[in-house]
Amino acid sequence: MHPNLNNLPVYDTTGVNERIAKFCSRSIKKSSKNEGLKLAISMIDLTTLEGKDTKGKVQQLCYKAIHPHDSLKDIPTVAAICVYPSYVGVAKKALEGSKINVASVATAFPSGQSNLEVKLYDTKFALDQGADEIDMVISRGEFLAGNYNFVFDEIATIKEACGETHLKVILETGELDTLDNVRKASEIAMYAGADFIKTSTGKIQPAATLPVTYVMLDAIKDYYLKTGKMIGMKPAGGISTSKIALQYLVMLNEVLGEKWMNNKYFRFGASSLLNDILMQLVKAETGMYQSPYYFSKD
Amino acid sequence: MSRLDINKTYKLYIGGKFPRTESGRYYAVNNSKGNLIANMCLASRKDFRNAVVVARKAQPAWAGMTALNKGQVLYRIAEMLEGRKEQFIAELIAQGSSTKAAQEEVNSSIDRLVYYAGWSDKYLQFFSTVNPVSSSHFNFSKLEPVGVVSIIAPENNSLLGLVSMIAPAIVGGNTVIVLASESKPLTAISLAEVLNSSDVPGGVVNILTGNKDELYSHMASHMDVNSIIYFGNNADYIKSISEFASNNIKRTVFYKNDDLSNDFYESPYAIEKTQELKTTWHPTDI
Repeated sequence: MHPNLNNLPVYDTTGVNERIAKFCSRSIKKSSKNEGLKLAISMIDLTTLEGKDTKGKVQQLCYKAIHPHDSLKDIPTVAAICVYPSYVGVAKKALEGSKINVASVATAFPSGQSNLEVKLYDTKFALDQGADEIDMVISRGEFLAGNYNFVFDEIATIKEACGETHLKVILETGELDTLDNVRKASEIAMYAGADFIKTSTGKIQPAATLPVTYVMLDAIKDYYLKTGKMIGMKPAGGISTSKIALQYLVMLNEVLGEKWMNNKYFRFGASSLLNDILMQLVKAETGMYQSPYYFSKD
Repeated sequence: MSRLDINKTYKLYIGGKFPRTESGRYYAVNNSKGNLIANMCLASRKDFRNAVVVARKAQPAWAGMTALNKGQVLYRIAEMLEGRKEQFIAELIAQGSSTKAAQEEVNSSIDRLVYYAGWSDKYLQFFSTVNPVSSSHFNFSKLEPVGVVSIIAPENNSLLGLVSMIAPAIVGGNTVIVLASESKPLTAISLAEVLNSSDVPGGVVNILTGNKDELYSHMASHMDVNSIIYFGNNADYIKSISEFASNNIKRTVFYKNDDLSNDFYESPYAIEKTQELKTTWHPTDI
């Protein structure tokens, strides 16, 4: 199946922003808020993607994933740990016995500037190490130059290599310039076999924003209505507070509905979001505003 | 044709900006004759929380500035205040002071700022010590700022009280969130305008106006606040603040003497109140 890129809806930024403003002004009662925050924790891909990552850092992060904050009861674990391919093995071992997945970025992340052979090898290496999910990047240069077939084929080839393993396709919306381009790239990714579409690498500003995510959710909805297939959504980068996370969940619920409100179809790519949510939950329990000082970083 | 009155909108001061309260609430301040002098923002606990976030963020850079530089900034506040004396005198009079008392209060406030500006590069050597120990160690103690300080300012002496609470805390490298006098809040927000034009980095001083009963427990319980100063005599407040503060061992400072001309309010010991003593053992003879 191929996407029809000539017949896509056109996005009017003012209209999208107005719709977003409505999502952001919902008043959420305390109990729903707490439920929402716990749901958000279960959707986090706890991420470390730095040049200075070490085995120890990744092990620490895995421990944090399993034990977000032991003094709080009934806290879910995060959905996955997201690391570079070289740390997949370490994470896999550290997470043994838990239900937490290991996601690996691949395909010459974050720029995607390499040839297909290298990207395939990168992906296979991550898979061999035991990755449960692959986060690939699209070739933004080719996309912006209008070589949509190139982008489509590349995603399809990587999906073939992944087989049953979940593939998240990073559009890097911060480099796509317009909402219409975001929509176009979403279509290409979904038709080429993506299980998830993801906003950003986190290395480019702006990273995930509500308008961009809205457009991608809209694309997912249309794709579902056409094909009956549910695609997941992962905003990543810059989502660091509970308040913003809840706004994303409100939007998810109102655009795609309850079927998407779980970590099979929605993820947050984040590193500092987890502690902010934990601080909110402790605040709700104790009535006292919390300090990051008392929450382990990883 | 007569001109329409151009009245000032008094807002909060958070992170070097003047936002309205996120709650959208306000309260009326009347003079002694019962006439409205201004509507003030009725700050909410979320405004306080936002202020703590910016105060925390601003603290390391402020503490890291050289003593000379911090002193210059405090002196600059005094200079700016000097230039806007008339406005402050007028506001104090509107809030019920006599002309003479208002003039004296503004002058004392300016002098007090200059006083603490002078202590900027001196308090550390005044309180720091080299300690005699019997092992092969060079042992010394020095003061370090506690960090973020919340301040419940005096209800009367709305300018001098504010300056006397803020100046010693910030000259020691702390950042502060102040709840201004509830009944006399005008001068506090005008002081914020002075601070904003005096090279005080945004977030170092944050000023809220609002209701003490509503806010004091949050100011005392917030886990990211390191010290709380309460100026007043309400025994229930003192008990409750002490209890809340114990959760993260906040340093509590209670000022009960409301005579701000008292020596204590102009002394290096007021700086020491929001400092921690750090002792270092440095091995020698090896």
